[in-house]
Amino acid sequence: MLEHVWIIPALMALSFVLILAIGKRTPGKGHFIGIGFVAIAFVLSIVTGAQWISRSGEVAHSQASALRDVDPSCSARAGELAAEGGGHGTEAEAGAHGKARAVVAAEEGEEEHFSQPVVNCVHWFNSGGLEINVGTYLDGQSALMLIVVTFISLLVHVFSTDYVGGDRRYTHYFGFLSLFTASMLFFVLAENTLQMIVGWELVGVCSFALIGHWWEEKPNSDAALKAFLTNRVGDIGLLVGVIILFFAAKGSFNMMDINLAANSPEAAGGISHNLLLISSLCLLAAVMSKSGQFILHTWLPDAMAGPTPVSALIHAATMVVAGIYMVARLYPVFFNGLSIGGSSFNVLALVGSVTGLFGALLGFVQKDIKKTLAYSTVSQLGFMVAALGVGAWTAALFHLFTHAMFKACLFLGAGSLSHGNHHSFNMVDDYGGLRKVMPKTYATYMVGFLSLAGLFPLAGFWSKDEILAGTGGMNDANGSYTFVLVMLLLGAFCTAAYMTRTVWYSFFGEYRGHHHPHESGPLITIPLILLAAMGAIAGFANLPEHFWFGIDFGSLALKFEHYVEPVGAFFPGKEQGFTHAEFNGTLALVATAAGLLGIGLTAAFYTGKLPFLVGLTSRSKVARFFKRILENKYYLDWLYTDVIVNFVKYPLAKATYWFNQNAIDGVVNGAGRSAVGAGRWVYAKIDQGAVDRTVNGVGQVAGATGGELRRFQTGHVQQYAALFFAAAALLAGVIVVVVGG
Amino acid sequence: MLINQFLLLAAVLFAIGVYGVLVRRNGVLVLMSIELILNAVNINLVAFGAQHAGASGQVFALFVIAVAAAEVGVGLAIVLLIYRNRRSIDLDQLDEMKG
Repeated sequence: MLEHVWIIPALMALSFVLILAIGKRTPGKGHFIGIGFVAIAFVLSIVTGAQWISRSGEVAHSQASALRDVDPSCSARAGELAAEGGGHGTEAEAGAHGKARAVVAAEEGEEEHFSQPVVNCVHWFNSGGLEINVGTYLDGQSALMLIVVTFISLLVHVFSTDYVGGDRRYTHYFGFLSLFTASMLFFVLAENTLQMIVGWELVGVCSFALIGHWWEEKPNSDAALKAFLTNRVGDIGLLVGVIILFFAAKGSFNMMDINLAANSPEAAGGISHNLLLISSLCLLAAVMSKSGQFILHTWLPDAMAGPTPVSALIHAATMVVAGIYMVARLYPVFFNGLSIGGSSFNVLALVGSVTGLFGALLGFVQKDIKKTLAYSTVSQLGFMVAALGVGAWTAALFHLFTHAMFKACLFLGAGSLSHGNHHSFNMVDDYGGLRKVMPKTYATYMVGFLSLAGLFPLAGFWSKDEILAGTGGMNDANGSYTFVLVMLLLGAFCTAAYMTRTVWYSFFGEYRGHHHPHESGPLITIPLILLAAMGAIAGFANLPEHFWFGIDFGSLALKFEHYVEPVGAFFPGKEQGFTHAEFNGTLALVATAAGLLGIGLTAAFYTGKLPFLVGLTSRSKVARFFKRILENKYYLDWLYTDVIVNFVKYPLAKATYWFNQNAIDGVVNGAGRSAVGAGRWVYAKIDQGAVDRTVNGVGQVAGATGGELRRFQTGHVQQYAALFFAAAALLAGVIVVVVGG
Repeated sequence: MLINQFLLLAAVLFAIGVYGVLVRRNGVLVLMSIELILNAVNINLVAFGAQHAGASGQVFALFVIAVAAAEVGVGLAIVLLIYRNRRSIDLDQLDEMKG
């Protein structure tokens, strides 16, 4: 399966084609095709994951033997490394970092361990003598994403059969779900950066189509356009970054080649630090747009205009983590380019931590439960980016995994709430006291909420804690990113608080709507229960070695890190300052306390136990000022549409028009006028004077000659005969004279 | 044998023929004049053939007679058609080809 993992995205692409072709003629109008294929894809992904895990059991003793399953026609550099090792015996080390790693490993007395990715490719096309491949790059990271994407996609498919049931574009909807899943799988398996761009844009298109699924209403199609256009801004960075990396890696798009080059010193044929810095900044722009990082996050809350299952699948669990995935995949570029190891500040950590806090703050002022969850997603994506920015690679991927589970659970829970409440998402005006009528939704939502708030022992606790420990603020892991730690702790506090707010408005108090809410059917609640279960237990995948109260998890610990994190010359190692943070008991206690404090304060506020806070915004000018800023989403939309767009639309357009009319048109008109003048002169002098006169002269001569000659043509046969005889007589006379003479 | 008489006869016939061709307005008479010209030539051929004591002159004359018969056939057909179209065979009126 590891070699033929391309089957999984191909299955989903086939499903898309089948749904489009015959979907409307099948019973249920197409969802059976989608569910069937995605279920097969899920099973195959599990098989792939299991095979990867068993493969990780075989320890490779050298970089060369670890790269034996990388097709040298895909990655020339990996092929060289493998061949180098083969030439010097299996135990020989390859590459400067391989040697350094061996020394480090030998000093610590550990057994050497390398991950053994499987890279396959086929020839796609040639362009200017350059061979472009398409293929699969399978390692722990892509196997993890295969499972996450197919699992959530499967549950969303099932959920949608009820939620979107009876929609006029039902078949179309399932077709796009399949296409999205296919593109996302294509993206996560991308073997080279070009293939990655293709997958990246394909998921963008699917996102556009699904946000605008109900395009008859203007706000929905506006939101789809906004998502698409905002992403274009970042895509420019992606293109430029990929092009720089292509040239920096001596003309290769291959991920393995780029990572190997980025991870070796410049003297040993690596990429210079400046090039890495520039390309990682360009790629960061793409991460900011795709993964909703501050200040390009504005499209993500608007994307909630799409159907809720789509929000759960695309805008919470899978597509928006594409940016995180890309950084993780090209981690040597970022790690070395931004000098993450052993430092205390870099732009990736800044963007992530700012998003983590400021996104969470926006969650407080939304009436719409989905938008609150959207800002929560923005904030949690900020946590992941910050984790990558501080060098906590595994923590970022682990949080990606747990977040996908509990956030999908929360989104689908919001979908269930709306399904039982006449399609309203307005929790302030239409919800309240729903825990009695919707017990299953309530229970699963609570699990997701507590997991997101980071309470022991749910999944969010483990992954969030790993990120906080990874900042090294109170430890000495990867430098000391104290600023990031403070921002993220505040973010965690706010997360717990605004989530308590959604829980309060939805499930407690009195019902404020005007309908008769009801619990959703099993097609909706079963996916919720499965996701809530995963949201509860997913954290056990990466238990720390040494836990509170001296508990030692022993061989159960750090499974996720062991199977997912790459080890090899293509990934930052200890000698570059890449380390793993230990579990920090105090920090975990502080983070849990922050979460509990957030929940407690908010609950107290809503139950009226904090009277001095009630009506604060009407009494205090400062509070009102901050509330207004939050309600206007930091005025970013105003900045984009009113300032930037209006500037482009009016003064700039006017200036451009003036320049066009006066400068460009002047030149064009001048050229036109001189061309007309030249043409006239040529016409009068050369054409009329010389050419025409010659032609007319020839004609006149011919005419005059003809006029003279036509007199002979009388039409009288006898005159012709007379001429004939006269000429004959003349000729005869000549002959007589000549011959006779 | 002197051939002067024959040549003189032929010349006279030829001249009469040419005169007829050039001057007569009746198409049929023009054709008849052409016959005179041809027969003048025939006399010459036979006369020169006799002088050289060979048969080729007479053979040639026979060919000319045969071809002339065919030519007259075609010519008379043309004249007949002209007559049918115009009710006249006056050659002076046939000047449609005037340039």
